[in-house]
Amino acid sequence: MSALMAAAPHLADSAPEPRAARRADTIATLRDVRRRVRRRRVLLVTALAVLVVALFLVRALLGDYRISFVDGIRMISGTTIPGASFIFMESTLPRAVMSVLAGAAFASAGAAYQSMLRNPLASPDVLGINLGASAAAVFAVVLLGWSGMPVTAVAFLGAVAVAVTIHGFAGRGGAATGRMILVGVGLAAVLSSVVHWVLLRADVYRAQDALVWLTGSLGSVTWSEIARLGAVVAVGVPLLTLVTGRLGVLALGDDLASGLGERAHRLRALVTTLVVLLTASATAVCGPIAFVGFLSGPIARRLAGGRTSIPAAALVGAAMVLAADYVSAYAVPGTAYPVGVVTGLAGAPVLIWLLVAQRRSTQETA
Amino acid sequence: MTATVPTTSGPATPGPTATGAADSARPADATTLSAESLSLAYDKRVVVEGLDLTVPSGRVTAIVGPNGCGKSTLLRGLSRLLPPASGRVLLDGQVIGDLPTKEVARRLGLLPQQPIVPEGITVAELVERGRHPHHGLFRQWSREDEDVVADALEATELVDLAGVAVDSLSGGQRQRAWIAMALAQRTPVLLLDEPTSFLDIAHQIDVLELVRDLNAREGTTVVMVLHDLAMAARYADHLVAMCEGEIVAQDAPAEIVTPEVIESVFGIAASVVTDPTTGDPVVIPHRRKRELT
Repeated sequence: MSALMAAAPHLADSAPEPRAARRADTIATLRDVRRRVRRRRVLLVTALAVLVVALFLVRALLGDYRISFVDGIRMISGTTIPGASFIFMESTLPRAVMSVLAGAAFASAGAAYQSMLRNPLASPDVLGINLGASAAAVFAVVLLGWSGMPVTAVAFLGAVAVAVTIHGFAGRGGAATGRMILVGVGLAAVLSSVVHWVLLRADVYRAQDALVWLTGSLGSVTWSEIARLGAVVAVGVPLLTLVTGRLGVLALGDDLASGLGERAHRLRALVTTLVVLLTASATAVCGPIAFVGFLSGPIARRLAGGRTSIPAAALVGAAMVLAADYVSAYAVPGTAYPVGVVTGLAGAPVLIWLLVAQRRSTQETA
Repeated sequence: MTATVPTTSGPATPGPTATGAADSARPADATTLSAESLSLAYDKRVVVEGLDLTVPSGRVTAIVGPNGCGKSTLLRGLSRLLPPASGRVLLDGQVIGDLPTKEVARRLGLLPQQPIVPEGITVAELVERGRHPHHGLFRQWSREDEDVVADALEATELVDLAGVAVDSLSGGQRQRAWIAMALAQRTPVLLLDEPTSFLDIAHQIDVLELVRDLNAREGTTVVMVLHDLAMAARYADHLVAMCEGEIVAQDAPAEIVTPEVIESVFGIAASVVTDPTTGDPVVIPHRRKRELT
C-alpha cells in the first residue's frame, strides 16, 4: 500500500484522510465477504456431519434387531452380548462403516472430476471408470479365484485403463470433455456387458457375489476390506480437499490457470490419479454403486452456493449410501435389495431435478 | 496523458532506450519481454514465423491487425501458453519456457480473451485468485494480500460489488472484475487479449482508461491485442501492426496510423486526420466501391 501511495503522490496529497478511510472500508468489506463464505462452508459441513452421524447410528443400531446405544458402545469395546453381537459386529456396524467409506470415496472422486472437467456429467461412474474397476475385479475373482489385496490392485489397473483410454480420446490438453464423456459412456456399456459375460460363464453360487459386481452391494463386507478402503479414503479425501483450491484456479480455464502459474496438465494428472485410486478401491470392495459419484458433487455444490467442496461432497455421498443401504435392507420386509438398486432408483429423479434447476438458474442469470 | 507520448522513435529499435524516457514512473530494473526469430504453430499450421519483437518496458503497446493475422497467437507465445516452434521468448533475458511457471506468473500477468466464469464465486473471491502465484501450498492469507486485493477493487471501482456473484455481473462489470484479478497478480508485465471485445464504447473507454492509469501509477508494461485501430491509436504508446503472421510496422501511433500502413495491413482505403483536441490520429475508412462484374 505504501508503495502505491508513493507511486501516486497526487492522489495521496490531495486527500489522505478520505483515502485511508476508504481503504479501511474496503478491507472491512473484503473481510465480511470472506467471513460470510467461510461461515456458510463451516455451517454446511457441520450440518452434513451431524446428518451422517445420525444416519450412521440408525443404520448400525436400528435394524431388524434393535440395539441400544450403550450396548453398541459395549460391543465395540469388546463385550459379547449373545444374539446382538453377531448381527451388530458382523453385519450392521461394518455395513454402516463401509457405507461411509464408499460414499465418501465415490463422492469426493466424483466432485473432484466434475470440478476439474467443468462438466457435471464427467463423474467417474458416468465415464465408465467404476465399471473398468468392476470388470477387472470380477474377472480376477470369478475366473482366477483371487481375493483380497490383489483384487484391489487389479481393479485399480482396470480403472486406470479406462481413465487412460478416455483421456487419450480427449486429446492433448484435455479440452474435449464432450468427446471424453461420449467415449466413457460407450466404454461403460461395453464393460457392463463384459461383467455380465464373465458372470454368465462362471458358476456363481451366491447371488450376492454377482450383485456386487453388477450394481454394487454392501451385503458381504469384511473388516479387512474396511481397513483397506479406510486407508485409501484417509489419504485420498484430504489430498483431494487440499487441491480443491487449485482446482478453483483451473476452473477459470487452462489459459488463465497457466497465467496464474498453475501447471494445468500436472494438476490434472494428480487429480486423475487420486480419483482413479478412490474409485477403484471402493469399487473393488462394494462394486460400482450407481449415481453416488455423479449426484453427490452437484448436490453439495447447490448446498454450498455453487462452490466445489470436497468435504461437503464426501459427507453427502456417505449420507446417501447410508440411507440407501438402510432402505435397501428394510424397505420391503423379508427382501434385501443391493444398495446400488436403491441409489439408482433414487438417483434418476434427483438427476432430473438437478437438470431442471440448472436450466432455470441459467435462464435467470441470462 | 497521451499528449506527452513521443512521436518519433526508430522503427527498428523500439527498445526501452528508444521509448522509455518519457512520462511514466518506470522503475530502473523494469522487467523486459522480447521475442527472437519466434515461430508459432498450431500442430503443423504455422501462424507466426521468424518474428522479432522487443516490448517497450513501462509502456502501453497495442498489437493491431486484421482477423487471423496472428495477434492473439503472438500474445499466447509471449505468455508461454504456446511453446515456440522455433526461436525463443525472453523474460528478463531468460528463456520463458525454462523458468518455473509460478516465477513467470509473478512477473507476467495474462488475461485471455474469454475467460471462463466459475459458478457462484463472488467478485472478491475472483480477485483473490490473482494472488495465487504468490502463495505456496500452505501459505496463509496475509495482510499484504488483503491490501493488494483492496487496491485492485478500488482501482476498478468494484468495492460495492465485492460480495456479488461474478456470473450475475454485466459485461462491463465482469471485464473490470477480470482486470481487477490481473491487477491483484501485481506483475510488472501485463498481457491483455482483446480486453474490450463485446463492450460498448463507454465501457471500452473505461477499461482502456484503467489500463492507462495502471501504467501511469505502477509503470506496468502492458501489451494488448486490440482490433479497433482508433482505440489502439488513442490509448497505446506503441503500435505493432501485424499482417499474415509478420510485423509490418511498429512505432508510435502517429507514425503507424497512415493511409499507407492501413492500406497494407487491413487492405482498406482510409483517410487519417488529426484529432483537434488531443492530436491523436483518427482513422476514417472509405466506403468500398462494389465491383459488379
